[in-house]
Amino acid sequence: MTETLDRLRLSRLDDDDLELLLLVRHFELKLLELYGRGELNGTTHTCLGQEYVPVALRPLLGPDDHVFSNHRGHGHYLSAFRDPHGLLAEIMGREGAVCGGVGGSQHIHRDRYLSTGVQGESLPVAAGVALHLKRSEPGALACVYIGDGTWGEGAVYEALNLAALWELPLLLVVENNGIAQSTPTASHMAGTVGSRAAAFGIRHHLVVSGDVNEIRASLGPLVAEVRGSRPLVVEFVTHRLGPHSKGDDIRPAGAVRAARDNDWYDRYAHDHPDQFHRLDGLVRAEVQAIADEVAARPPARWEGA
Amino acid sequence: MRVAENLNAALHGLLDDDPTAYVLGEDITDPYGGAFKVTRGLSTRFPGRVIGTPISEGALTGVAAGLALTGNTAVAEIMFGDFVALAFDQLCNFASKSVSMYGRRLPLRMVVRCPTGGGRGYGPTHSQSLQKHFVGMPGLSLYEMSPFHDNRAVLGAMLERGEPCVFFEDKVLYTRQMDQVDPLFTVRRDGDLAVVELRDPGDRPDYVIIAPGGVAHRALAAMRSLLVEQEVSGRLLVPSRLYPLDVEALLPYLGEVVLVAEESTAGGTWGSEVAHLLHGRLWDRLRGPVRLVHSRASVIPTAAHLENEVLVGESTIHHAVREALRG
Repeated sequence: MTETLDRLRLSRLDDDDLELLLLVRHFELKLLELYGRGELNGTTHTCLGQEYVPVALRPLLGPDDHVFSNHRGHGHYLSAFRDPHGLLAEIMGREGAVCGGVGGSQHIHRDRYLSTGVQGESLPVAAGVALHLKRSEPGALACVYIGDGTWGEGAVYEALNLAALWELPLLLVVENNGIAQSTPTASHMAGTVGSRAAAFGIRHHLVVSGDVNEIRASLGPLVAEVRGSRPLVVEFVTHRLGPHSKGDDIRPAGAVRAARDNDWYDRYAHDHPDQFHRLDGLVRAEVQAIADEVAARPPARWEGA
Repeated sequence: MRVAENLNAALHGLLDDDPTAYVLGEDITDPYGGAFKVTRGLSTRFPGRVIGTPISEGALTGVAAGLALTGNTAVAEIMFGDFVALAFDQLCNFASKSVSMYGRRLPLRMVVRCPTGGGRGYGPTHSQSLQKHFVGMPGLSLYEMSPFHDNRAVLGAMLERGEPCVFFEDKVLYTRQMDQVDPLFTVRRDGDLAVVELRDPGDRPDYVIIAPGGVAHRALAAMRSLLVEQEVSGRLLVPSRLYPLDVEALLPYLGEVVLVAEESTAGGTWGSEVAHLLHGRLWDRLRGPVRLVHSRASVIPTAAHLENEVLVGESTIHHAVREALRG
């Protein structure tokens, strides 16, 4: 085990990046705890294990870019805004909720950030936004996060066709965590993401690393090309630590163990223990304080449609 | 001026007046100019803002939503309205919901145009009137083209709502003249409503028909034959906006006998929604329940004689009125 970790040693992050990673991690863990106590309504999909994806992309995206997130979007939102209060209030239906408690975990809109709960449907919308950006705000892009399971939806292909045909500044980020709810990728996808992108003449970049600094360095020039209206599919080979939503994890123990072995959290604690332990406790306490404060707020009020 | 020309002029006017306006659809660019020629000339005058798309109804509707999301005005054409079923997710789960599901109103200026209806032998998947499937969706408004409503004004009204609108255009209207009625009748407008009555109405009409634009001429033909053969007089109300329906605007024109006529096939129709709304307001004044007149519960056949058996026509409306008057 130690050998494996040594071989995959992660490079040292700025405190700021590590804090953000830890914020997302402890936010998600807190959500599962709150659900377990019956304090949250509905369902949620945590991004445990995948936090590093939006954190790596964060400085590559600017305020003029549009971001489209999906059902597993807490990390995307927190990376964009660092607003755990607003997001938790949204999920808990409390005052100060970023969308008044109407959208909940999956439906968030703020500035140029939008998430929605139906797989794949935001891709055509993002193509429309990218068309606008290309015409009116050249240099800005539309970034869409999807999972491996979303490649089963036809909307993905209709939009990829348009993105290539119209040379749109569209960045498609695929968080391929190897499982769509409970169905392994091998059971739902023929061929590969890369070959599907190639069918449209769209460049595909595979990220297997979990090292934030390394990912950024490799993606920087590619994202710059997207801004020049060359669409791109970036596929992250990543791991979902937790269940799809709450109690629906039926994976064999080996699969869960493999995800844990690849978890940046343990790896980083091992590789950079001083920095990690200095910040981990602080962020954990911060999230606890946020949860206590938000839980004490009055219910969100909706002014109506 | 023909209805299609009026609509074409309306789109030219929109693109002229609104530099953020886009028109999207399959085969809409010149020289073809759209399957029904409604977009003729647009791409020549406004290259770049009139965009031919692949056969991707879901994507082109989503692109329209994305353009609307970034502050533009978007008009999307679905070549045959039947295919709007392929865009249902974009309309139902994305565009209409987005207006309100983010906790505060998110205005979207977009119109999805749907050439609709039968009578031209296009068969079961190219002849339907799908209005009923879109009734009651929060954040989505439904309009229907009519020969008595100027399309520029209707387009303006739709966009002013700041929410997605579906515009149903009965294909049989495209070649008809605007505002043309039998000399027996006269048309006037009261807000959104077109009111068609006998030129010399005399007493109160014996019955009132509510019918959207595509059925209006069939209703008028029935009204003429009922007058000539039965000596009963009617009034026709043609609303431009089907949903949400402005019931208040209808009330002053209604009497004891009311019918709703539409081309939709039977079952869960727009008319049943109208009847329900009217029963709540008029129950004590009506001689009987509001009558629904629609096409048969059937697919739309291709052969002309079979199509005629299924689709609502003059005779269906004529008989429904006679039954209603008999009580």
